[in-house]
Parts: sequence; structure tokens; C-alpha cells
Amino acid sequence: MRYVGEALALVAAATLAQARAAAAAVVVQYEELPALFDMAAARQPGAPQLYKENNIFKELHITRGDPAAAFAHCAAVVAHTYRTPPQEHAYLETQGMLAVPQPGGVMQLYGSMQCPFYVRDGVAAVLGSTLGATQITQTSTGGAFGGKEDVPSLPAAHAALLAWRTRRPVRLIYERDEDIICTSKRHAAVIRSKYGADRDGLLRAVEIEYLVDGGAYATLSPIVLFRGVVHAAGPYRCPNVRVDGYAVATNHVPAGAFRGFGSPQVLFAAERQMDELARQLKLDPVELRRRNLLRAGDATITGQTLHASVGATDTLDTALAYVREHPLAPPPANAPHLKYGRGLSTIYYGVGLGVGGEYLARTGATIQINHDGSVVFAVGTTEIGQGMKTVLAQIVAEALGVPFASVEMLPTDTTRVPDSGPTVASRATTMSGNALLHAAGQLRERLNAVAAEVLGRAPLQISLHHGQIFADGAPAALSFAQLLHECAVRRVSLSAQGWHHPRPLKYDWQTGQGDTYVVFSFATNIAEVLVDERTGATTVLRVTAAHDVGKAISPAGVEGQIEGGTLQGIGYALTEEIVQANGVIRNPHFSTYIIPTACDMPELVPLIVEHPFPDGPFGAKGFGEQPLMGVAPAIANAVCNALSISQYELPLTPERVWAALHSA
Amino acid sequence: MTKTTITLKINGATRTVDVEPSDVLIEVLRDKLGIKSPKIGCDRGDCGTCTVLLNGQTVRSCLVLAVEADGGEIVTLEGIGTDGLTPLQKAFIAHNSFQCGFCAPGVTLAATELLRKNAQPTRDEIKEAIAGNLCRCTGYTPIIDAIEDAAKPANKKTKAKK
Repeated sequence: MRYVGEALALVAAATLAQARAAAAAVVVQYEELPALFDMAAARQPGAPQLYKENNIFKELHITRGDPAAAFAHCAAVVAHTYRTPPQEHAYLETQGMLAVPQPGGVMQLYGSMQCPFYVRDGVAAVLGSTLGATQITQTSTGGAFGGKEDVPSLPAAHAALLAWRTRRPVRLIYERDEDIICTSKRHAAVIRSKYGADRDGLLRAVEIEYLVDGGAYATLSPIVLFRGVVHAAGPYRCPNVRVDGYAVATNHVPAGAFRGFGSPQVLFAAERQMDELARQLKLDPVELRRRNLLRAGDATITGQTLHASVGATDTLDTALAYVREHPLAPPPANAPHLKYGRGLSTIYYGVGLGVGGEYLARTGATIQINHDGSVVFAVGTTEIGQGMKTVLAQIVAEALGVPFASVEMLPTDTTRVPDSGPTVASRATTMSGNALLHAAGQLRERLNAVAAEVLGRAPLQISLHHGQIFADGAPAALSFAQLLHECAVRRVSLSAQGWHHPRPLKYDWQTGQGDTYVVFSFATNIAEVLVDERTGATTVLRVTAAHDVGKAISPAGVEGQIEGGTLQGIGYALTEEIVQANGVIRNPHFSTYIIPTACDMPELVPLIVEHPFPDGPFGAKGFGEQPLMGVAPAIANAVCNALSISQYELPLTPERVWAALHSA
Repeated sequence: MTKTTITLKINGATRTVDVEPSDVLIEVLRDKLGIKSPKIGCDRGDCGTCTVLLNGQTVRSCLVLAVEADGGEIVTLEGIGTDGLTPLQKAFIAHNSFQCGFCAPGVTLAATELLRKNAQPTRDEIKEAIAGNLCRCTGYTPIIDAIEDAAKPANKKTKAKK
């Protein structure tokens, strides 16, 4: 057993009470082995061996220019160590699976998940079954945020094993404390960061060491580390860079995917560093960022030139303009202990799986137009509350030229479309959207050809909008119902399959130089806070969040993602921290792991910025994770601004802030 | 332990059901009566997803013994909007208030109770009323906006957000 919460035995029973009694009757005899709960200890020579010879699951490096030499010529250098805690997803629906053995040796699973194809592969491997005899159907999923990326494969395999053994349906649903104790968290991290700039505030050298606590099994740590390393210096130009990333094995519960995927930790450090640098240079933090932000034609720290859809500066200007035009009321005059502070962060997010997960970066889709005019489509990505269903239905309706209300998405199921990879990395809109455009294009060709034949026109003269047919832009004497009838008479198939994969990326894994992601999204957050200097307690007054999303296909959906992600970011900034002692999670309940309530919600101002992505559906690029990512650094910078202190660790609890204020 | 038969008026219909003295109301609603809108998010009163109205008051149905509810009147989401969506539900749709939807039944009942007791709540009163219903997706803003909108009699047609 490698961590507290690892399964030792599986028990199935006809009732919950019987199952509990049977599980309680299992007697386990433990022989204790030395354990590691600290990354520094795990890296010491002679440490107990948990993984290979050095307890490192993965190391990754970026080398660009010569930072050591460049620091010598810098006018200002800041070096600090930052720490971030494990964060719990706190999706409201716990992990749950139903396994139902079918005739013919097929195992059918229904459950809460992001990635049905991962579940399929896992269950088939455990049962020794074929992928064809393993069918996975996603049911309505009550939140995920990365916590239902790889984890559901485990309860699915457990339920499937019991169902296979008993030949009966098995339902396995985690209780809340089990869910918090046994499932993945955002990686706890330590970031050692050294920044150097010239007199004008231009970044000249950056050195970062990024350590993440991977826990007891590697799971997703290598690819989390990749995203973290690529995002380590934020959306800025810098000619001399060294980033060293290590995913360390310990005996904590395995860490894994959580909205932002290894980037919120490094971005907290990067954006705090920018403020520290600005302070030392006596420059306005806004101005320091403006001088260094990536623009079209610039290269990232991996040497990737960004050609289009680079809205970083625009998000900065948009957020600043809003705050300037909508000043908050001044703090009450009779409360001099309440200090106002303002902080900002500008961040970026590589959309999709990138070069680290390129082999999975493909998606399928099918669309079928029924003879009554209703349209159904299926994709391999999942609706997890993020609004994919709406966005994809909009894309199908627009591409086919049919009314939105006539389009329905089928439940995501591994037998409907080919393996489409996971629903992660903010990839559903671009990937499934493009696959649906591919399918819709084939259907439009067929519809246009038949309409052209009936109307005596050329296919190119035909267009379709909202279920109306036009020839050369004028309404045609052919209804959509008639067109479907003409297709039926000609026995034309109105079902099509789409497929999409992004352009290949070239990356040198030795030097960490090359193309990492097909496109980046950008965001600027401005946080305004009141800090009580008597207690160290922070109240967030307003977060103004401007996001470059390429194109907002569903503006209400984009605003919803910004608002929800921002509140998760506020939790990460101020209250959320999984507390572990000797590998035991001490706060596995919502009464002790504190997520924001409605009363903790400040004014949230979502602002949409659109720099279209040429390869995205209608210009869209994914961004669902980004709203969380820049909030903690903006709040931290605001708290530091309010009290003229420096903070290097999350969350910014009253105790921590008070201590920083009184240690000065 | 002896089984007891209890009678509940649920969403207007009278139901009798045999329960153990230790049975919790949410188990009886979901497993014995097939009423699935109350959700189990924590099973200890922290999250509010199991919220139902018992005799007009919101309760956490995971913290109420079924026998305590004997003779009582229960309203769940299944009993809201049976004659078409309520103004509150329409406002939730207009404001795109929910994402994954797991909190929605509990939030709807908490807001229904609020608007029955306080037709013109302030924004702070709305926040207070739903503070026991956790939502991890939305940031609460579109939920609060919708409740505020539904409470405005002068502004019948729900204004789209911003």
C-alpha cells in the first residue's frame, strides 16, 4: 500500500448496510515501511526508494540563451521561493459508476466522467477483455474540473470487477470523505524563481526550478509537469531562460489533473515575481508587464513564434479600462484598519493537449439529419457542465444552416464515435467543433447538390440559413422539408462522420525548444481587496477578468466559465488547502475544506476579448481552464499592495497575512 | 429495531412508506419513493444538495430522520413548476444560472422559500438565503442575478444578463 486511501479489497453486497458490515470485517495486518511525505526528503540521497533510484517520476528542462551570463548584466534581480498547496476539486457529485454485465460477455458502464475512452481502456485492461466488449456511457456529470479525467477509471474498474465476478449489476458511489481522501488533487508545488531585468524593465534572464509532489503513483504528473514548465515564465518575452521541472514521488495521494493542470502554481510565482521586479525597478507593475508581454511575431520561452490570435495586451487594456471607468467606492472612513489594495496578473494558456499529448490529439464526430428535419450529433468529448453541448449544437446549426432548436447532442458513448481522446485541456470546443464542421461540410455538399439539381442551379449558388434555402442569396421555392424529401427519393445518406487533428508540432525534448501548443489564450485579472490589518483577513471586492477566447461562440457560456473559474481561483487564493499529516488528509469534509459560498462572492466582471484563431471553429480557441489560473496571483498582488508586504505562499489565510505584516 | 409506517404528503400526493427508525429522509425519498431530485453531495449537512421543503421550511434531508417527517408536507423540485415553469425557473434559464446542475434542485428550493417569505429581497439577503447551498461551477453570480430578477414584479420579462 503506497498511500492512505488506496484500495485493498473490494466488497459487494445486496444492501449498503451489508456492504459496510463486510468491509468492516476485513482485518488488515500492516508491516510498516519507511514513508516519504516531503519532496525535499524524497530527493535526498539515501531516501527510501519509492520510484526508480531517485524518486523522480519525470524531469523536464527548457534551455534558451545563457541566463547565468545575462544575470550579471541585469539592473534588477529578484529571487524568491513560492509554495502552493494541494487543492481539492470539490465537484458536488462524488465519483460514481454502475457496471452492468451484458449478454455475450460485454461489460457496460454508466457513470460520472470526463473521458469515456480512458475508462474503456482501463476496464478492458483489468477484465482482460477487448475494447469492443467494453462499452462506456457517460451520464450527466455533476462537475469534474479535471478530477474526473483519469480517476473514474478506478471506480469503473472496481465496479466492473465485482460485476464480472457476481454476474450482477454493481453500483459504486464514493462518499464525500472517501472521495476527498482517495482521489487526485492539484499538485502541491515549490517554485524557486529568479528574474532579472534591464534598466528599462525588459526581462533579460529567468531561472525557475519547479517541483511538484506527484504522490504515490505517476498518473498524470509527467504531462502536468510539461504544462507547468512551458507556462513557467508567463506570457512574456525573455531571451535567456532555464526551467528545470521535477515531478517527485512521495506517499501522498496521487496528484493529478485540475483546471490549469500544473500552470496555476507557476503562474502564481511568475506574476508575484513581476510585481517584486516592478517594486525593485520602481516601475508601475502594469507598465512592466506591458513592456514584456508577447505580441504577434514574438517567441515564447520555448522559442515558439506566435503568429496570430495574440490578445495579451488587449486583455490588459480591456481590464484596466473597465476598472478606470468603474471606480469602487472608497473604503469607509471610520475603518482605517481596512486597507484597499489592487493587484493584477496577465497569463496565458496553451490550448489543447499540445506536443506532450499529441498522440491523443484527434477527435471524431457524427451528424445525422433525420427525415423530419431533426438533427442529432455525437462526439467523443463530454458535457461536464462547461457548456460544450450548447456550443457544439450552435456550431452544427450554423454549419448545416438549420435552426438551433432542431439540433440535439446524443449522450457521449464509446460506441458512437472513434476514440476521441480526453475532455481536458480546454479542447472540446476546438476539437469536437472542428470534427463536427468536417461532418457538416460533407452533409452540406450533399444537400446543396440535391437542392441545386431540383432548382436547376449550381451547388455553389445554394445556401442554407436557419432551415431556409437560398439560391444566389434569394429565398428559393424549396422548403427544407421538401429538400429532405428529395434527398430521400434519391436515397442520399444524410449521415456523416467527421474527424479532426491539429497540425503537427515540432519540439526538442532535450533543449525544451520548439512548438508546444497550436494556440494560446490570454487573460488579465485585476483583483481589488480590502485587508483588515488587525486580523489579516482579506475581502475580495471585485475581480475584473478579461479573456481572449478567439471567438465567443456562446458569450453567456464564456461569462459563466469566467465567473465560475474566478470563484475557484478565489478559493485557491484565500481558503483552500488540503492539510496532510503523515499522509493522512485531515480535512476531508466541506466543513473543514472551505470552498467559497455565495456570501464570499465579490463583484465578478467577465470581459470578452476576441482575437480569432484561424484554425478554430469560427475563430474560437479553448479557454475553460484559464479563468481559475490568474486569480490567485492577482489577489496575492492586491494583498501585498494593500499592506506593502510580500507573500510567497498560498492560501493567503489571515494567519499568514498577519504574520507577514508583523514580521516586517 | 421495529419498522414504522409513516405518511408523508409529497408534492401534493399522500404516500405511506415503511421505514426503519434509523432511516434518513433523503434515503427514503430517493430509494424508497423514487424521488431523485434531492442529491447526496456530502451526507452531513455541509453542501445543501439534498435541500427539500418540509412544512414550508428548507431542511437538509440528509439530517432529518424519516420518522421526524411523519405527517409532514414535503416539496421537492419535482413539485415545483408542475403547471409550467415558475418565474424563478424561467429566470434561471434566462440567466444561464447553472452549469453541471447538481446544486440546482437545492438552490431552487432555497430560493423558492426565500421568495415566499420575502418578495423583495436585497442582494445580500439572497446571498444569505443560498449560502448553505454550495455551487462549484458558476461563481453564484448568475444564480443571484436570476433570483433578483424573479423577485422584480415590475420587470416581468427577465432581462438577459448585461
